[in-house]
Amino acid sequence: MQSRSRRSFLTLAGTAAVGAVAAACGSNTGRPGDPPPSTAMSAGPPPSKPAAKVTLQQWYHAYGEDGVQDAVRGYAASYPGATVKVQWNPGDYDSKIVTALQNSAVPDVFEAQVKIDWVRQNQVVALDDLIGPVKNDFSPAVLAAQTVEGKVYGIPQATDTQVLFYRPSLLQAAGVQPPQTVDELVDAAGKLSRDGVKGLFVGNDGGVATLTGPLLWSAGLDYLKPGGREVGFDDPRAATALGKLRALNANSSLLLGAPTDWSDPGAFIDGLCAMQWTGLWNMPKIRDAFNDDFAVLPFPKLDNSGAPSVPVGAYGAMVNAKSKHVAEAKAFVKWLWVDQTTDQLEFATRFGFHVPARQSLIDKADTLRSGPAADVARFVKENSHLVGGPVWTQQANTALSDAVAKIAKEGADPVAQTKAAVTVAQSELKRLFG
Amino acid sequence: MKAPARKTRDTLAFWGFVGPFLIGLAVFAYLPIGWSVYLSFFDARNTVTPSVFVGLDNYAHMLTDGPFLASLGTFSVFAVVIVPLTFVLSLALAVGVHQLRFARAFFRSVFFLPFACSYVVASLIWKTSLFSGVRYGLANTVLGLFGADPVAWTGTVDPPLYWIVLVTARLWLQLGFYMILFLAALQRIPVRLYEAAWLDGAKPGWQVFRYITLPQLRATSVAVLLLNLINAYQAFDEFYNIMGDSRGYPPFARPPLVYLYYTSLGSGGQDLGRGSAGAVLLALLIALVTLSQGRLFRFDRGALSSTALS
Repeated sequence: MQSRSRRSFLTLAGTAAVGAVAAACGSNTGRPGDPPPSTAMSAGPPPSKPAAKVTLQQWYHAYGEDGVQDAVRGYAASYPGATVKVQWNPGDYDSKIVTALQNSAVPDVFEAQVKIDWVRQNQVVALDDLIGPVKNDFSPAVLAAQTVEGKVYGIPQATDTQVLFYRPSLLQAAGVQPPQTVDELVDAAGKLSRDGVKGLFVGNDGGVATLTGPLLWSAGLDYLKPGGREVGFDDPRAATALGKLRALNANSSLLLGAPTDWSDPGAFIDGLCAMQWTGLWNMPKIRDAFNDDFAVLPFPKLDNSGAPSVPVGAYGAMVNAKSKHVAEAKAFVKWLWVDQTTDQLEFATRFGFHVPARQSLIDKADTLRSGPAADVARFVKENSHLVGGPVWTQQANTALSDAVAKIAKEGADPVAQTKAAVTVAQSELKRLFG
Repeated sequence: MKAPARKTRDTLAFWGFVGPFLIGLAVFAYLPIGWSVYLSFFDARNTVTPSVFVGLDNYAHMLTDGPFLASLGTFSVFAVVIVPLTFVLSLALAVGVHQLRFARAFFRSVFFLPFACSYVVASLIWKTSLFSGVRYGLANTVLGLFGADPVAWTGTVDPPLYWIVLVTARLWLQLGFYMILFLAALQRIPVRLYEAAWLDGAKPGWQVFRYITLPQLRATSVAVLLLNLINAYQAFDEFYNIMGDSRGYPPFARPPLVYLYYTSLGSGGQDLGRGSAGAVLLALLIALVTLSQGRLFRFDRGALSSTALS
């Protein structure tokens, strides 16, 4: 807080200095309505009233880590250009934002990942002019999360990712090598299931929610092809890759029905599974539990035609098009998420475990310099993919998710199910682009 | 002059009491319903003030939409199981409590208490404690005593063990309410009917229950069945909280309201047009089934249950 107080002081001092200079310059701007210059030379111009600052409403979802809320309130308080009121939103934040954008001028600034419908409804403002000079500093996947038809609508704030956590000691005891292919992962999960411990935990739904993207990427495919106008998994290899989830679900090596889901490290820490697919944010808790007896892997490749992968998600700072202060909101977003690199680094790495959205800041992050954390930072640089994306609609997502669930849980035919999902996704693209 | 003044006063009093509720009902119930019907004729994605009129397209889509139709199938399975089970068990509980010679109030309260519990809370207890898939879940601990491996109750679809979790949660929550309805009806049956039956040589037990008690409960039985069926259609809380997670919901055991929730309010994009069309179709379906059931059970004549004796 020392540096925060010092900077606040400097900011205030700077503002006061600017105000003093402005006052010294006088108030006669020549605009209509200005009072006439005083005739009494000795009296000088009357002191000008400082312009009232606009008030901006900024929304965040409720971050779980201690200290984030104070930090973002501190960033907002130190902004010289406007009064920024931060609202912390527990609960279903994504739905709340969608609802707020429909008819409301509030919030002025908020964090989210853009959806194409928001752009079509003119609900958000393009921010290319803000991000332009540093655009290449962001990893392509996190930037893609905020880009619709070539325009950027959000400045990425921090990157979250998911990786495969495993216990080297347990793998060694079972004579299993860290899996490099999907088949090796299925095999390892089977061999690690013993003595009441399951081999792998990928979520209580058997990996439908978490592994659909990684399985497509493992085969060199994606939700949509580059450009976002064609379905990316209309390919026989998609059915092959998604079929592997059936193999995982069918051999009783997956932990299912755990008290906490994949996003919590509880199952892994409690020794219910030898490997868990979960978020980077859990690394501190896992380190506390196992010291050095843990390591990370990206999701493995299907074969040599595919590639390993990690999914990335990044909220970006966005501006509500219905805001009464669009220019001021944009100026604030630029100040905080483009100019204030120290704050951005602190936001990403001090309170929880995230990777900075800007690649130049990754190298400056002490927390990402060594061990598994450094591995994750490398995965993000080399193997990151965006889950879905702005053009990937709810309708298409439900269709693909249903198809994968039927393949994984019910043993449905992967080819037929994948084709059904392709058909829905194609009709959604047709609706969007004609 | 007195009469008109009193009439005016009565009218004012009437509107004073009824007005606020009527306004609330109009603003928070009828206006949204009307607006929802309006939205169902438009392409309304991420907006409640749409401009693109699509006629009956949203209805056509929902009527041919595989997941929506499958959700109606899910409901049917749920209703077929939950309605008769609730009916039989709540009636059995009511008869049992009614026949108690002592501690009747205690048992009545014990069985009714779960009704006061939130569906969300009960769902989370069912999901994370009783039917957790790990070895220390209550159900798995019991199975473990017999040497069985832990069972993933909500993750096993072959056989569909998740139905056990969903049905038992619903039963625990609602049995007490229907038991109270039956209990009230049982207490209204005149004792002289039983005395007359006894004099006529009816055997106590099943015979009396079959020919005296059950016909006397006709009106309540029909009401219980109707309420039960409508409740089954409206199933949401326990399904959403037991089967869903932060990323979505599996296609199996997805009732209509859960599907419409994801269609209309999903964080990946809100399709309020199609969601509204689905809601209207569902409301019509509930009305149709309810009316049919009422006709089938002669609900209009249910109150004349004494005729069953004639």
